Amino acid sequence: MSAPAADRVVPPTGFTARLTGFSAAAMAFLAVFALALALASGRLADRWQASLAQSATIRISAPPGQQEAQTAAVLEVLRTTPGVAAVRSLTDDDTRALLAPWFGPDLPLETLPLPRIVEVVEDAGGFDAEGLRLRLAAEAPAAFLDTHTRWRRPLVAAADRLRLLALLAVGLIGTATAAMITLAAQAALAANAQVIRVLRLVGARDAWIARAFVRRFTRRAFLGAAVGTAAGMAAVAALPEADAAGAFLTGLGFQGAHWLMPLAVPPLAAVVAWAATRAAAFRELRRLT
Amino acid sequence: MIELDEVAHNYGGAELFSGVSLRLVPGAFFFLTGPSGAGKTTLLKLCYGELLPSAGQVRLFGEPLRRMSRDAIALARRRIGVVHQDCQFLDHLSLAENVALPLSVAGLTPKAVDADLDELLSWVGLAAQADALPPSLSGGERQRAALARAVIMAPDVLIADEPTGNLDWEMSLRLLSLLVELNRLGKTVLIATHDLALIRAAKAQVSARVLRIAGRRLQAAGAEL
Repeated sequence: MSAPAADRVVPPTGFTARLTGFSAAAMAFLAVFALALALASGRLADRWQASLAQSATIRISAPPGQQEAQTAAVLEVLRTTPGVAAVRSLTDDDTRALLAPWFGPDLPLETLPLPRIVEVVEDAGGFDAEGLRLRLAAEAPAAFLDTHTRWRRPLVAAADRLRLLALLAVGLIGTATAAMITLAAQAALAANAQVIRVLRLVGARDAWIARAFVRRFTRRAFLGAAVGTAAGMAAVAALPEADAAGAFLTGLGFQGAHWLMPLAVPPLAAVVAWAATRAAAFRELRRLT
Repeated sequence: MIELDEVAHNYGGAELFSGVSLRLVPGAFFFLTGPSGAGKTTLLKLCYGELLPSAGQVRLFGEPLRRMSRDAIALARRRIGVVHQDCQFLDHLSLAENVALPLSVAGLTPKAVDADLDELLSWVGLAAQADALPPSLSGGERQRAALARAVIMAPDVLIADEPTGNLDWEMSLRLLSLLVELNRLGKTVLIATHDLALIRAAKAQVSARVLRIAGRRLQAAGAEL
């Protein structure tokens, strides 16, 4: 025969204990999705940033007789510009392929006043865009340098904002979990006022009584969050694979080592439950004095 | 040890008693008697620090109760065994676990306080019911289990509130003999009871002081006791 352990002195069943487990499971499920959204937004922002940051386009809109001369001048300027890794002047076939989705494959390019496009790829150091603009203005006045900054910035900012919102959602989920566990712990303590009275009668200190409740709620939250996380990860894994047509929505899942990140949700839920129950327990024990 | 000095207690503005002074010295045996509602249970609660007095001073082992933290009161209660009339058990724990509860909260093993749980349950005649849950026990068994829980920490003082209130005479005498045995081991005993026959039976075995609380005052009982 032996003395009962601290966590056994609290009656084993109760609505509040089940509520804690369910809340932790539901919140962990949502947290996994919010985390997946945050990581996908981050990947999207990085991808856009990377793919657009190292390329630029020069558009040459010269009268028909000067198009070739201006293009040659542009290519010469680029050849002598530091930071330019590669240059490619789009052919008529390239232009036709670009416009095909909108105008069809039989577009008579010869009859249209289309500008000539030169694609510029930067090296790791990049080029001086302002300097290049000034040189182009002098050597090929019909050329216009587009560094994609105009539309790249809002896209990257939108993706970054989406990532921030997803992280905020993770934070809110954690806060809501703490609030729910606090309420459940307070209800459990109030319902067990007689147990607390008996424990005090036999010489239990507040820290010991609080520990009995904290252990129970921490374990419940951990187990609930583990179930919710497993369900969330399974749901994310069941999302369709990424494809070119809808890369963002279908790329919402975790990739590589990111699959390990949701595994932090149950321990974090346990820490939140520990802190919330401990604070609630000491507050309630002071009230029950 | 436990001292009450000119203590008063009010409930909702009405004075229950006042001017109460009492010293529970080591090895003494006290009975506290008086009519229902006179304040016997309240006086006991003051003695083990569950209530603060409205006026006057209570000292637990030399420390003024008013200045003691909740932790300090908890530590003092480990030196005071209490037997309630309604026993105060945790119904989801077995009888043995309830008896060992004071050890759990103190983080001790039975060995650490030189207590043998089996021996203790045998002493109160409950070895066979060790695994039973409290609701399945009779009134007498519960009272004896409460006594076992009260003494497992080898307390300096034992306080019992109507410990024989639900018992027949034979069981009351059996419980009394256990309390007398503890007193002979040097424990201070304070028993609140309205059972005058029990007091007379005790006085035949031990030198006991009988106090009576009535008319808001604590005084020595009359010669009839």
